[in-house]
Amino acid sequence: MGIEPGRLHFSWISSAESTKFVKVATEVTQAVKELGPNRHFVKEKVKVA
Amino acid sequence: MQEYTDKIRQIARRLLEEGTVDMVIGFRKGSMPIMNEPCMVRRPQDVDQLVWDSNCGINLANYLTDRKEKIGVVAKGCDSRNIVTHIIENKIDRDQLHIIGVPCGAMIDKRKIASLVEGEITDVTETEAGKVIVKGEGFEKSFDKAEVLQENCAICIHRNPVVHDEMVAEPVEEQTDVDRYADIREIEAMSDAERKAFFDDLYKECIRCYACRNACPLCYCPTCFVDESRPQWVGKGQNENDIRTFHFLRAYHCAGRCTDCGACERACPVGIKVRMLTKKLEKDCKELFDWEAGISLENRPPLDAYRPNDPDEFIK
Repeated sequence: MGIEPGRLHFSWISSAESTKFVKVATEVTQAVKELGPNRHFVKEKVKVA
Repeated sequence: MQEYTDKIRQIARRLLEEGTVDMVIGFRKGSMPIMNEPCMVRRPQDVDQLVWDSNCGINLANYLTDRKEKIGVVAKGCDSRNIVTHIIENKIDRDQLHIIGVPCGAMIDKRKIASLVEGEITDVTETEAGKVIVKGEGFEKSFDKAEVLQENCAICIHRNPVVHDEMVAEPVEEQTDVDRYADIREIEAMSDAERKAFFDDLYKECIRCYACRNACPLCYCPTCFVDESRPQWVGKGQNENDIRTFHFLRAYHCAGRCTDCGACERACPVGIKVRMLTKKLEKDCKELFDWEAGISLENRPPLDAYRPNDPDEFIK
């Protein structure tokens, strides 16, 4: 539907896998930071004069 | 077509007279040409309202949701698949139904016909030879039925009902050499930006009337997510993000359930190709889970069952 690749991630992490959680969270944050702020699918505030 | 109509009336009369069912759901002539409307017959003397022709595109499974009485229902291929889905999802009991199966000869598209003629259409009739004759003020035109089919009917591979208690005629031959997903593959091949532009263009005319939802037999939630106000999942205005959210979420709610009956597209007053959204999910279900919705009462739908070998490459 036009979401940029890299903005959406799926992972399966057990509550016992703390290290995997840290790793995935870091990777996701990094990947999304590289893409920059989201421009698609953002509702702009209505401009009131 | 007349023999179908006669047979449907004959069966309906018998069922009502014998008391096998409390009512029969079928079609009657609408007040406009090419627009048959659903019809609920409760008395044997009223069965002569029932008709069958190529304008019976509405999906009658939509009228079965949570009914308590015994119902005779006229069902073409797609209706029968949605009836199966309804039974699987506990929206009606198989024992409540007497399914009058109709081998479907495909439905005609009122929009296609309207685009081929100028002026108001006053009458549309079919001949046995597969011609559709369109009459209006000052014109009369004849088309091959194949030219003016609904798009979903042109690529349909389940014309015969998958469940029925009796049939009105011998099964028709199923189409085997159709490519169901040519248009979807084109969209899949697009870049992300192109795809976003494609979808933005697809539903830009949407007026949020929710006719697609109301016509859809799958959309039976007591409160639809678009109507909910606590929390309000999606804005109610014409903001493009809200329109997009509505269409994509509705499509996702139909994943693994949609039979491509075309009711949504038929109902849309502005001609949005709603099926472009649901068909992708249908294709995915076929490819990933070898699943076609509403084919059998025994198998559970893919989103309802877990298998250890379910595809999960997208999960890291």
